[in-house]
Amino acid sequence: MTDLPRTPPRFSATFTPAVNAEIRRAAASGIYDIRGGGTKRHLPHFDDLLFLGASISRYPLEGYREKCATDVWLGTRFAKKPIHLDIPITIAGMSFGALSGPAKEALGRGATMAGTSTTTGDGGMTEEERGHSKTLVYQYLPSRYGMNPDDLRRADAIEVVVGQGAKPGGGGMLLGQKISDRVANMRNLPKGIDQRSACRHPDWTGPDDLEIKIMELREITDWEKPIYVKVGGARPYYDTALAVKSGADVVVVDGMQGGTAATQDVFIEHVGMPILACIPQAVKALQDLGMHRKVQLIVSGGIRSGADVAKALALGADAVAIGTAALIALGDNDPKWEQEYQKLGTTADAYDDWHEGRDPAGITTQDPELFSRFDPILGGRRLKNYLKVMTLEAQTIARACGKSHLHNLEPEDLCALTIEAAAMAGVPIAGTSWIPGRTGF
Amino acid sequence: MQTFDLGSEGLRALNAALHALKGQTNMTSWEVVNPRGAHAIAAGVDAPVDITVRGSTGYYCAGMNKLATIRVKGSVGPGVAENMMSGTVIIDGDASQYAGATGRGGLLVIKGNASSRCGISMKGIDIVVHGSIGHMSAFMAQSGNLVVLGDAGEALGDSLYEARIFVRGKVKSLGADCIEKEMRDEHFAALEELLRRGEADAKARPEEFRRYGSARKLYNFNIDNASAY
Repeated sequence: MTDLPRTPPRFSATFTPAVNAEIRRAAASGIYDIRGGGTKRHLPHFDDLLFLGASISRYPLEGYREKCATDVWLGTRFAKKPIHLDIPITIAGMSFGALSGPAKEALGRGATMAGTSTTTGDGGMTEEERGHSKTLVYQYLPSRYGMNPDDLRRADAIEVVVGQGAKPGGGGMLLGQKISDRVANMRNLPKGIDQRSACRHPDWTGPDDLEIKIMELREITDWEKPIYVKVGGARPYYDTALAVKSGADVVVVDGMQGGTAATQDVFIEHVGMPILACIPQAVKALQDLGMHRKVQLIVSGGIRSGADVAKALALGADAVAIGTAALIALGDNDPKWEQEYQKLGTTADAYDDWHEGRDPAGITTQDPELFSRFDPILGGRRLKNYLKVMTLEAQTIARACGKSHLHNLEPEDLCALTIEAAAMAGVPIAGTSWIPGRTGF
Repeated sequence: MQTFDLGSEGLRALNAALHALKGQTNMTSWEVVNPRGAHAIAAGVDAPVDITVRGSTGYYCAGMNKLATIRVKGSVGPGVAENMMSGTVIIDGDASQYAGATGRGGLLVIKGNASSRCGISMKGIDIVVHGSIGHMSAFMAQSGNLVVLGDAGEALGDSLYEARIFVRGKVKSLGADCIEKEMRDEHFAALEELLRRGEADAKARPEEFRRYGSARKLYNFNIDNASAY
């Protein structure tokens, strides 16, 4: 009997070792898994799209001779002082509290050197970021931590945050480990408590109220500031249309690849839509209302390279925002800290326990010993380099498609590698004229 | 006295004129007539001036007020004195939802009743309501004082942080983590001062109130409290 061949151990495709490990973790701890970042699952993404370079029917621009402009105006609908950026890549909102003061400073430095904007987050405006950001967008969040009219007026734009891609329908979370004296003071909270930000704004409900709220913010700031409305990628057609109806100058749509400082893993992985599916819906809403390019569209969630920027713009966005990629450019998850990541039970490029405040790179922490490791001047320079490279990459692609401005890229320049990406992006499968859901079957 | 006819001159002109008042000004007394329920009246004022609105207003009257004393001779819509920083706002009539929401300082007095979510997420403001307040008032209230001479609706002080609530009448129900607490000497003294500042000292005495505050059991997550969330 013992000589008979045995069936080799076979793992379940449903109850994988990772699934089982999570069941054991939940059973032992009694709490859901909380982590930072965006979704880690595989999704249809910009990698599933390709550009159709110029050939006989289109002619390209000379790479090192002919101009391909990259600038963008934001807030041209109502604001007296719209924003003009040199590049269409902005820095997404990330809170002081989630990030250290030096990290916020580095974001401001890098963005300013690259000619773009950075954004506050769910913790108010810090001097580090205001002082080092030529163009700063001030988030208006449900928690209203640190909200005050002076900061509203010294901001360059206001972003009313309705939701974010990592957790559409969810509020914020900052666990007690990161509520230092300074963070607690800015948020009017006791030190060391788990801080949960509300998921809805406290003084408005629905688009009719939002219209009045936006009008109030415009009145307080004398109609100078562009007002953005940010939504998580869930129902982008309707949310974009309602944001426009409410009076937004700019709509920000954040796909589920967009990061968060801390949220339940189940929320990050199972709620929301990939940004690829969101952009065409948001653009269609703007087009249906006759507001495309009049109300600007910023998209975010998984933007990593100039190719991603070019693809987002080709689908109709006016600009993109980066968060996770900016942190990596600063030095987050760098292999040089591998020994310390190992001590935390993880490894470089997989570290996501940002909420615990023990970030070896000193970026997602309020621990003075850790954040003093981070050099905001060097970090700012690295971010500037990265933004410049992304811009050059996007220009390279745009010139190859014969475009003299990144905004001249269009869906017609794209094809898709998969049926899913084709259906979501609304571009044909490569080598065909087939757009699933639109043309033929 | 500067008299401003909102009906003929418009909201933008009013707020622009009020925002132009910086520091020392001789134009310290303003009267706004014909408000006709307009929104954002006297929002974003940042000067120690007196403003009287003769009539009822819409949303966000006196929003983000700093330093000014604003009186409304009527009732107000949702979000009166939202995110107020300092100064005083006095409403002769009733207030709709979210009165004093997220307020960080100053004093809001409502001489009538306030609707639901009065003092939601308050962060240091003092609110004195001569009448009653609606449900979910002081939800996630962080700091400051909410004084109610009448009754309170359901789920008072749900998920409360360190704000203090004083209610003279009945409380329909308390929200998660909100409990009745002992009135000690310092609370009687604080309440006496709040009633005086809230123009309510002739209507009520501190001894008639009960105090409510946070049990602080939800400050750090515990799975055994999950049903409370």
